[in-house]
Amino acid sequence: MEIAIKELTKTFKDRVAVDHLSLTIGQGEFFALLGENGAGKTTTIKLLSCLMEPTSGDAIMLGDSISENPQAVKKKLNISPQETAVARNLSVKENLEFIARIYGSDKKEAEQKAEQLMDKFDLKDWAKSKGRTLSGGLERRLSIAMAMISEPEIIFLDEPTVGLDVRARLDLWQILLDLKGQITIILTTHYLEEVEALADRIGIMHKGRLRALGTLDELRKQTGQAKLQDVFLQLTAEEGTG
Amino acid sequence: MRALTFAQRNRKEILRDPMTLLFGMILPLLMLWLFSMMAENMPFDLFTLRKLAPAIIVFSFSFITLFTGMLIGRDKSSSFLMRIFSSPMTAIDYLIGYALPLLPVAFIQMAACYGTALLLGMPITYDAIPAFGVLVIISLLYIAFGLFFGTFFTDRQVGAMFAIFVNITTWLSGTWFELDMIGGIFETVAYLLPFAHAVDASRAVFAGDYRAVLTPLVWVIAYTAVIFGTAVWGFRKRMRG
Repeated sequence: MEIAIKELTKTFKDRVAVDHLSLTIGQGEFFALLGENGAGKTTTIKLLSCLMEPTSGDAIMLGDSISENPQAVKKKLNISPQETAVARNLSVKENLEFIARIYGSDKKEAEQKAEQLMDKFDLKDWAKSKGRTLSGGLERRLSIAMAMISEPEIIFLDEPTVGLDVRARLDLWQILLDLKGQITIILTTHYLEEVEALADRIGIMHKGRLRALGTLDELRKQTGQAKLQDVFLQLTAEEGTG
Repeated sequence: MRALTFAQRNRKEILRDPMTLLFGMILPLLMLWLFSMMAENMPFDLFTLRKLAPAIIVFSFSFITLFTGMLIGRDKSSSFLMRIFSSPMTAIDYLIGYALPLLPVAFIQMAACYGTALLLGMPITYDAIPAFGVLVIISLLYIAFGLFFGTFFTDRQVGAMFAIFVNITTWLSGTWFELDMIGGIFETVAYLLPFAHAVDASRAVFAGDYRAVLTPLVWVIAYTAVIFGTAVWGFRKRMRG
């Protein structure tokens, strides 16, 4: 079972945000989606997580279609949005329990899961702290823990380390590395070193289209560049300028 | 079940915000006290407790619109709504979850205002029992406006919209002056909107004049249905991206 994206397209009035995107992501893969601002990454995530209906095309998410059976798809996935999306007047523990319960856990199970996730993400000391009082790093950790508490098969991480200091970022990388292989992770980020450290494969989008797809080594070979930054710049260069 | 879980979260978000206590509870009680003191020196009976208290309770519901609108607006701007939109919750779950926790807030506002009015000298009456029922219906109108504002505007816009809304609801409701004192287009416009009808229904039911409740209540229910329906339509549209 895998994620099979077939000719996925989303247009807004006269603008094409995602243009006939086709690719396959294996189960348990850590996949990074790169692109400049406006390349179509966030729209792709919204389409795959059933937050938006495609104009045409489809994606089969571990056996279920985003167009035909979005409710079944939603049960399999969770998302950590670009903004941390934490309930500000709820404590860390309450935030986790809330998400567990809307995904179907009863009160006791939600409490147990919240305890486990607080342990795993080192949040126990802040269990009673309200969302609005957390530092940026803690909020990010909580945001990902909230996405994990429903035990998703697929998780979308939209810019998970934006605004974090070096230590908080490295801590979060370690958490993400620990998750690797257990679930399918789809990451969007502007930090290329993050992609080098974490991703199994990389897709590079430009103006809604998939410009390149492969492992870091494959992309290096394809472009003849050594650094991911140069690979990225070459692949996203405008026609005639590259 | 999911709707109730979501309602619980929303109840905590609203009640843990000190602004709720300040604007939703203390301000209406303060106004009730101040205007009831003014009644002694007024040549007309508008600010007597039997007319003032039912109108101030309706006025206090304006803040329910603010709480609902701000909560949805903040959920949108913080992407919290995006997170829960990707969950298996349905549009009905969301709307029940947002609307349900406001009913106990409305009930507390009614009880606090009525209790204060009794302390200030309003005679106790059995008509307060059906009055609470009518007020619950009226509170749904203000919840619907909150859902509407939250659905179509950001939290910052909701703050600005509320400034306009609270002025419209008070000036065109007959709370602070009799609408027929101005008459003409002003009174006509006021009675084309639901706020004067809400105040009329509230005053009539507290006075035990049940026949005078029906027509204004029909206006209130019709507006509630239209505003709620528009909010549901907008919310579903937003869910589909």
